[in-house]
Amino acid sequence: METVISVLASEPASMSRGRVFGAYLAEARSECVRYMRAPAFMLPIMLFPGLFYLVFGVLMVKSEGADAARYLLASYGVFGVMSPGLFGFGVSLALERDGGLLTFKRALPMPPGAYLLGKMLMAMCAAAVVILLLLALSRLAHVALLPTQAGALLLTGVLGVLPFCALGMFIGTVFKGQGAPGMLQLIYLPMSFLSGLWFPLPMLPKFLQQIAPIWPSYHLDKIAMAAVGLNNEPLLPHVLVLLGFAVGFLLLATRRLRRYG
Amino acid sequence: MSLTTTSIARLDGAIKTYGRLTALDGANLQIGRGELLALLGPNGAGKTTAIALLLGLIRADAGTVELFGRDPQQIEARRRIGVMLQNAVLPPTLRVGELLRLTASYYPSPRPLAETAELAGIGELLKRPYAKLSGGQQRSVQFALALCGRPELLFLDEPTVGMDIDARQKLWSAIRRLIAEGCAVLLTTHYLEEAEVLADRVCVMAHGRMIHEGTVDELRARVALKRIRCVTGTSIEKVRGWPDVAEARLDGERLHITTADAETVVRHLLGADAQLRELEVQRAGLAEAFTELTRDADEVSATDQREAA
Repeated sequence: METVISVLASEPASMSRGRVFGAYLAEARSECVRYMRAPAFMLPIMLFPGLFYLVFGVLMVKSEGADAARYLLASYGVFGVMSPGLFGFGVSLALERDGGLLTFKRALPMPPGAYLLGKMLMAMCAAAVVILLLLALSRLAHVALLPTQAGALLLTGVLGVLPFCALGMFIGTVFKGQGAPGMLQLIYLPMSFLSGLWFPLPMLPKFLQQIAPIWPSYHLDKIAMAAVGLNNEPLLPHVLVLLGFAVGFLLLATRRLRRYG
Repeated sequence: MSLTTTSIARLDGAIKTYGRLTALDGANLQIGRGELLALLGPNGAGKTTAIALLLGLIRADAGTVELFGRDPQQIEARRRIGVMLQNAVLPPTLRVGELLRLTASYYPSPRPLAETAELAGIGELLKRPYAKLSGGQQRSVQFALALCGRPELLFLDEPTVGMDIDARQKLWSAIRRLIAEGCAVLLTTHYLEEAEVLADRVCVMAHGRMIHEGTVDELRARVALKRIRCVTGTSIEKVRGWPDVAEARLDGERLHITTADAETVVRHLLGADAQLRELEVQRAGLAEAFTELTRDADEVSATDQREAA
């Protein structure tokens, strides 16, 4: 007769709050450091909005004055903020699901959510860097922003990256590995165009203008315009749409992650 | 006889299916404190699924899965384990020291960094980015990550794949040191030699079930065959004709014989050819025992299927 005594939680491996907080901090720090060190990730994120703004917003609008440069600062800012959210979250999640890192982290006693929280903070940092870069470039076009306006734009970027993190995360749970970047480009570029980030909406066909509000980037653009003082409409509806968008995709993505890993 | 064992990880009648594929079909497994259990089995036997259950990566369809008396999906249970998976691509731009500090931060009382590095033999790699390491060095770093939290139970899934002989020996001696500290290890490996060198107990899986459990010697004893090798003028046809010879084949000029009764066959060989040289007699290794066991299980499973049909 064999008796089996399981070791019960005799010596609970309890962890102090300080150490748990430290684990969250270490995770976030690692996420930020690893991507800031990866030029293949940071360069496209910085380069595209930076270059576009330099060409279209600074060099080509000289004749039309600082107002056009101010307008484009907001819309290229939104364009620039979308990419760390979509790609930082989507591509890395898809690759790490494929490469086994996510499985490894799930087997480890990593505090719940630390992985996603770390990525989120990383995307927010990258968004801040992009906005700061565009703000610096806007000085060349003599865009005179009040410090509060510059601060508002920075805040818009840092928080505005979150709905795109949620969307990227969802895409990252649907596509594994190298399939995700292509899919994300297919979303990123048309969405930017259709919500008037490249050309002002009134220049687009009527139908496209009418469907623009279905894109989250359209709503973020409205908020960014308000930040630089070009929009006086109420902002609450746009904030709510973005919030709903973020929560919706976050729920979809976590459900998929839980189910399929 | 009453035998009391203390198990720190346990599968009891665990069943897991993926669609029509049954990965685990009533698997039973127990790991006791401070022991090294080697989990062996051909690809597709269910080893990976068994480990995934114990790590809380997936849920069983039926049966019990316990880690330190808890559900493995509870973080408190996993704070007492260390994990080295077969393939995990770690962040390439992080330095080895940063990876160690990050992983250690998940545990209540991890080892000091220097101690971890010394144990895993990666002291000189700490400042290097992970991507710049060789495949074997990366495995050593993954081993370091597994032990950095001072675990009571270590999961090592094919730990020495891609390591050279020197690195493999170092890893083995590190595993022995951990066991001496009281850490238990669940090892899966394709190198039977590794199980032979390290394991207290061996558990062989096939078709989602445990088909044998016991010490390494017990497993070997299941197979009574021995191997004889020699260079002789006696023809292979003649040798095949002798009773007791299970199998005979020529490898170059060297004759390989498998038999249950080595003494009799050697006597025959020496009687037939006085010029015989380079005679070797070996007991079958774990490899033969393993092959035979899993072949038997295949036959049983095939019979079961025929009967079911």
